[in-house]
Amino acid sequence: MKLSIKEVEHVAELGRLELTDEEKNRFAEQLSNILTHIEKLNQLDTSNIEPTSHVLPIKNIFRDDAVAQTFGSEGDSLSNAPDKDRGYYKVPKIIEEA
Amino acid sequence: MKYEPVIGLEVHVQLNTKSKMFCSCSTKFGSEPNKNTCPICIGMPGVLPVINKEAVNLTIKTALAMRCNIAPFNRFARKNYFYPDLPKGYQISQYELPLAKGGHIEIVLDGNIKRIGLTRIHMEEDAGKLIHGENLGDKDSSYVDINRAGVPLMEIVSEPDIRSPEEAKEYMTRLKAILEYIEVSDCNMEEGSLRCDANVSVRPVGSKEFGTKAEVKNMNSFRFLQKALEYEIKRQIDTLEEGGKIVQETRLFNPDKGVTVSMRSKEEAHDYRYFPEPDLVPIEIDSRWIEDIRATLPELPDAKRERFVKDYGLPEYDAEVLTTSKAIAGYFEDCIKLYNQPTDRGIQGQAKIISNWVMGEVLRTLKDEGLTIEKYHVTPQMLAGMLKLIDNGTISGKIAKTVFEEMYKTGKSPEDIVKEKGLVQITDESAVIKVIDEVIAENPKEVADYKGGKDKLITFFVGQVMKKSKGKANPQVVNKLLKERLTS
Repeated sequence: MKLSIKEVEHVAELGRLELTDEEKNRFAEQLSNILTHIEKLNQLDTSNIEPTSHVLPIKNIFRDDAVAQTFGSEGDSLSNAPDKDRGYYKVPKIIEEA
Repeated sequence: MKYEPVIGLEVHVQLNTKSKMFCSCSTKFGSEPNKNTCPICIGMPGVLPVINKEAVNLTIKTALAMRCNIAPFNRFARKNYFYPDLPKGYQISQYELPLAKGGHIEIVLDGNIKRIGLTRIHMEEDAGKLIHGENLGDKDSSYVDINRAGVPLMEIVSEPDIRSPEEAKEYMTRLKAILEYIEVSDCNMEEGSLRCDANVSVRPVGSKEFGTKAEVKNMNSFRFLQKALEYEIKRQIDTLEEGGKIVQETRLFNPDKGVTVSMRSKEEAHDYRYFPEPDLVPIEIDSRWIEDIRATLPELPDAKRERFVKDYGLPEYDAEVLTTSKAIAGYFEDCIKLYNQPTDRGIQGQAKIISNWVMGEVLRTLKDEGLTIEKYHVTPQMLAGMLKLIDNGTISGKIAKTVFEEMYKTGKSPEDIVKEKGLVQITDESAVIKVIDEVIAENPKEVADYKGGKDKLITFFVGQVMKKSKGKANPQVVNKLLKERLTS
């Protein structure tokens, strides 16, 4: 399966990645090779096999609805934040309206 | 050309749980920013989410109340997108296998019952909250509060069965009533526990095909929902009439200007790449689990409405108004039990009297003050007590309005108010005769006319006596004695 430069650009956009032209060409080739390899699976007849979303045969694992504080002191959740202010994570301005 | 709108609603409901969907953080509204967070809900690598069973129970309960089919096999999926209020870079949701499908909600408009179908109900987690710079600190930054991220939600998606803003409002009213009756959410729209997005399109009347739709967001009250839909429908019709095309897009309602505005920033890259959530195992819901939940369902609004009509002989309209809120319906029935006088009116006559007071004075004052019935001054005991005072002749129906007003303002019992304010109806004949004689003495011309055959003047005399007694004279007694004195 051949991946176009346009598709590479779309995937990069979804992952918020900025690629140079050289990278786009290189990744297009590498990703195409990976997809071609994976495509071999399509040769198998899987029409009678349930799609597997989980490898373990377990189900219905729940917790009770009880509150527990895991971050003890104030500010723990922000300790890795690159920027913070007044208890909030501070991020570049998000524009909601056009 | 004549157009008709086609509307479907997507409603997000915050489930009434103490802890979040996949971790043990509190769901309490209004906490300090980022206080209710842990490594799971801030999206640290290597953590493991675990499903809150209560959230599943509440979604099953909702699905049963709305007569949906519940899927025996459930799993969660990741919905991938980047936004600063979404710490993990994906939202855990349900995709191709929602918990419930089908079902419907009945709405009543102009006495006609219409069924609005439901497409699906699924579980998911909420995102965090963004505060924009101009409201806090630096105007070139945005501020992120993760407290709400991971709070359990269910999304209720309707079929495109809604044909007007009024139907949309009625649908939301009925939906909210059901959710409140079954106590799965506090449905507080201001706090965002109940949020509504609308898919809106228009098409020529008679056409079978749907037009291109726009998704309208940010309608956080019933009034805004109606206003936003009215605007959006008109905008689309105007665009088509001018030869334009509707663009499929997301539009934000601006409540200050009453318009919807295109929201272009989120339009690019709507490619969510859903895939099964590998960190969560499937949920299998068997009939035993479903029946256990079904046993906890209370009487639902539709059933209560029908019972009020059947048992209390109330008009459809009264029954509809009284059952929109479980608390109001409870208040009404408490009044019935406490009033319960052995009069010849019977239970149905008594019910209508109470219904008139509840739909009139009670709902009016609640609305004026923005109060809920739980915090209301006038308890069912007080209202029933006041009605008994009318029945035993202590006060007149007119004075009762004054007594009600006082109960509402002061929270005092009707008996105390009547005593303190001297509102007791004058039934003592000698006291009434005294007032009547004064009135007769003051109006010789009218007395002569009455005696000359103008019978209708009796209402004039009754009015004068009532005025002089400040409304306290018993009208029946006044009538009887006036006729006696005037003809003597």
